[in-house]
Parts: sequence; structure tokens; C-alpha cells
Amino acid sequence: MKTFVYIDHFKGEVQPASWEAIGLAKTFGTVVALVFGSGLDEIVKAAFEYGADEVIVVDDSALTDYRAEPYASTLSALASSSTPDLILFPATARTRELAAMSAVDLNTGVLTDVTKFELNGSQLIATRPIYEGKVLEKTVCSGKPVIATIPGRAFLKPERVVGKKGTLTKGEVKAEALTTVQGYSASESAVNLGDAGIIVSGGRGVSNNPALVPPAGMDEKQAEIWRAQQGFALVTELAKLLGGAVGASRAAVDGGYIPYSHQVGQTGKVVSPELYIACGISGAIQHLVGMRNAKIIIAINKDADAPIFKVARYGVVGDLFAIVPALTEALKKKLGK
Amino acid sequence: MKIIACIKQVPDSEAKVKADDGKISWGDAPLVINPFDEYAVEGALQQKEAIGGTVTVLCIGPESAKDALKHALAMGADDAILVSDTALIELDTVGAARILAAAINKIGGADMIVFGRQTLDNGAGLTPAQTARILGWPMLGLAGQIKVDGGRVTVDRVIEEGRQTVSAKLPVVISVVQSIGEPRYPSFMGIRKASKVEIPLWSLKDIKTTTPAAIIMRIELINPPVRETTVEMIAGDSPAAIAEKLADKILAEKVL
Repeated sequence: MKTFVYIDHFKGEVQPASWEAIGLAKTFGTVVALVFGSGLDEIVKAAFEYGADEVIVVDDSALTDYRAEPYASTLSALASSSTPDLILFPATARTRELAAMSAVDLNTGVLTDVTKFELNGSQLIATRPIYEGKVLEKTVCSGKPVIATIPGRAFLKPERVVGKKGTLTKGEVKAEALTTVQGYSASESAVNLGDAGIIVSGGRGVSNNPALVPPAGMDEKQAEIWRAQQGFALVTELAKLLGGAVGASRAAVDGGYIPYSHQVGQTGKVVSPELYIACGISGAIQHLVGMRNAKIIIAINKDADAPIFKVARYGVVGDLFAIVPALTEALKKKLGK
Repeated sequence: MKIIACIKQVPDSEAKVKADDGKISWGDAPLVINPFDEYAVEGALQQKEAIGGTVTVLCIGPESAKDALKHALAMGADDAILVSDTALIELDTVGAARILAAAINKIGGADMIVFGRQTLDNGAGLTPAQTARILGWPMLGLAGQIKVDGGRVTVDRVIEEGRQTVSAKLPVVISVVQSIGEPRYPSFMGIRKASKVEIPLWSLKDIKTTTPAAIIMRIELINPPVRETTVEMIAGDSPAAIAEKLADKILAEKVL
């Protein structure tokens, strides 16, 4: 079986799930990595070192900024001439569009956020979450090639073998840009929970510290958000110490405490870190399905009956405003930081 | 400006959805407008308010999906169309995009098509870009803000790495994210008006198309395994004492 693996990158940074996709594709047979953009030597080198047998590189100034239309056309043309059995993408904002458009061009379909593949003869059976992860479905794609996206951390990252080489092929750009990229700002809210090994999350409880006195002149809602931000500062401090990402429940996002890009669950984003620390999160069903794949879950909540304790390995019934900073201090000492 | 917001009806997000005898069941939970599509309707109404025009809501679904369309009408949309056909039970995302594109053509096109980022049920989030591809229009995905100036639309695109400013010439297909702003509540007047609107029902014949062949097929439904955990509660005399014990537990798990 021949698999195309699309290497997704942004300003030179490769989405790690791209390498995980190479590792997965290796188990099926030949791996052809696709690298699009400009100034790609480092990424091409890494693709070989992570196990690609062949790399098709389309290095062209017309592809400097990702734009769906020329990227999709370039990809579709390569797939038409080289006829892979499968095209794998790491699941990101960009690849969702790209996979979607190429599926239209190639008259096939896309299996998104696949967490498991089985081979039944030559047919691939994919397991993927639906209804926010409340249910899983096994699906097949009757079109060829099969197109699929995989979330971060669902498959093992292959060993990188420094110096490993393979066949390098140059592809041509099919440019037909319909959009123009005019600017970019790396906001503080930029967060990729899918790739995070450690996530510390806050919920409605982070706004719940009556001991804090908000600055004068705030109305009730402003004071609530101000309080929540003080709470999230504690959550962030712990996340920083552990080199993790900051997550949030829907209640915290809806409350305006933190940008929605931090939200775990409901966006279809199911996270699977090694460690998940839930602070002041009661555990609504959407949140639970979003994070229950974490290896170790720790819940800190005032309410001993909160559903979050049902999925936790360790639980603390208590005030997060006292426990979280104390935990940060204790870990700081023990880790010698 | 002519704006079309595409919506879907789904089980409420609080519903306890499960696989039951090979079918999806959501108990007695209500069917509602897909929460992400409420943001699409909100985004469309904001544009109508900013530069004038009309907002049409378009939906594929059974007759009961009229309720989701009524919700959008009550929010302030001008009219609604339901594409409903018994041949449309098994529809994958490309199929849905083909039907929507055909319906958009029957409407007579538009300047802007607005989608939510994904649906709660399938969750694939592919239909917006596939509709754009079929129409041959530019796709502006994951917009947190939309601004139209002359014949050009500029969006603030929210991606994993931050925000990008991206623009294209009208007509465009846009998908929106929650940063677009909280969806407005239907007003009393809006609800009254919506209750009187006759929503036209279009069949596949009406939009001059046939049933798209399903390329993606479900072969099995599974309830995720229930996580077998016994929680170990950590208690102590003081926050520091609890934190000390908890930190040791975390270190012993070797997850750092």
C-alpha cells in the first residue's frame, strides 16, 4: 500500500502529528511525504529522518503562505498522477480545508480525527468520534484514495534517524490563489491542546474567590471576569511550571474568562495528554468526553459530588485558590526549579 | 448584500447520546439548531446590519428541522428554505456540499455563504470548504471577525498558531468560530414573526439534482469503553499538606 503523508507546517514549525502520520503510514507500506511551501530544506530532511521513503517537495514562492485553493490543487494533481491508496493528514485548521477540497477534486471522501485503523483485506476501517466523542463510529471510504486526518498523540511518533535519506522528487505548483494573506499575529491565546502532553484546565470555579476584591468601578460581570483572570493566573502558573498548556471548560469560555481556543471538549477536540489537572471544573458531559482519554486525571473541586471525580485518578475536595498555588510550590521544590 | 447561512439540526449538546442497537439514540433530549451554526446566523446578521441586505437560512433535513430554521428566523433572518427528501437519509459531507451548492444555485447565488465551523453530530467540519470547492468560490475558514469593504471581504482567521488576516473577493464561503460574538436571543417579536413564516420545502427535483452516492459509510457504532477508575481522594490538615501528598503522587506516576 502506498500512502501520501501531508506534512503540515506553519512558518517552519511542523505539526508533530505529521511525524506520527509517517509512523502510522509505515505500518501500511510505502510512505511518500508531501512538503509544500517555500524554503523547505529542513522539513524535507526531517521527513526522511522520520521514515519517509520518498519526499515530494513543491518549493515555490507562490506557496509561501498557506492558502487552501493552490495547496489543494497541487495536492490533487499529485494524487491523480501518483495514485496513492491513502492520504494521511495531521488534523489542523489548515488540513481540514485541504483534505476537504482534495476529496471533492478526487471524488472521494475524508475520514476525520481517526484514532484507530484496521485492515480488512485491502479495506481500511477507521474508528472516529462523533457526537463530541460520546459515541465512536467505524467507517469506510469507498473512494480512492482514502483520505484521513489523525489527531495529535493518537499514534506513536517514530524514532528520528539522523542522516537517513530517501528519494527526493520535485513537484509543480498549481497556483490559483483566491485569497490573500495580509497579516499574522501570534496571540497569547495560541494554543495547541491536541499536542500537549500536560494540560492544566480551569472551569467556572476559577471566578469563585470571594476573598478577592476587584478594582473599584467594575460592574458585576466585569468583577466576575476579573476574579476569573486571577484564578486563571494560578492555573497558568502551574501549567508553565510543568511545561503544559492551559485548557478551559465551556463554562469558563462562555463566561468570557478565556478565549475559546482553550476549550476542551465540544469543539470536536478530544485531548489525550499524559496528565490533566482540572481546577474548578465540575465535569459536564462535553468536557468529560473531551478529556477522559488523559492518562492521569487530577480533579480539584469544592463540590465532592462533582462528576469530574468519577473520571479522576486523584481528587482533592477543596478551594482551588489555596490548593493550586500550594501544588505549584510543592512541585517547584520537588522538581528543583 | 445577499447572505445565506447554512445550518443543521442536531440533538442538544447536553443530550446523553449513545449507540443503541446499531442506531444513535439521544433519549428525550430536544433537537436544536447546531450550536456552531447559531454563530453562523449571528455572523450573517452582523453583516446585514453593517452593510444592508438579506439573510436566508438554508438547511438540509427532515421536516422537523423547520424548528431550527424558525429559531434562525426568530433571531432575525429574513427567510428560510428546507431541502428535504426521503432520498437524503444517508448523506456524507461531500454529498451535503453538493446538495447545498445546488440549492444555492436555485436561490440564484449569493454574495456570502456563512457556515458554523462544524456540526455537533458528525463533527467533521468539512462541508464549508467542500461547498466552496464545488461552487469554485474562495474559502475563508474559521473567521472570528468579518469585514466587507467594496467588493472585498477580510476576515480574522483563528488558527492553532494565532490569528491571520485573510481577504478575498466576493462571493465567498466563510466558516465562523465563536469569537464572532455570542448569538443573539430570539426576540418576542422575532418569535411571533417566525411562527407565521411558511418555510418552503425543496425536493432534489426542485434543485435539479439527484441523490449523491455515499462515499463514506458507517459500518458500526460503538459506545466508548467506560473508564474504570477509582479515585483516590487526597486530604490533609492544610493546603500545603494536601499539595505535598498530591505532588508525590504525580511524581510517582512518572507523567512529568
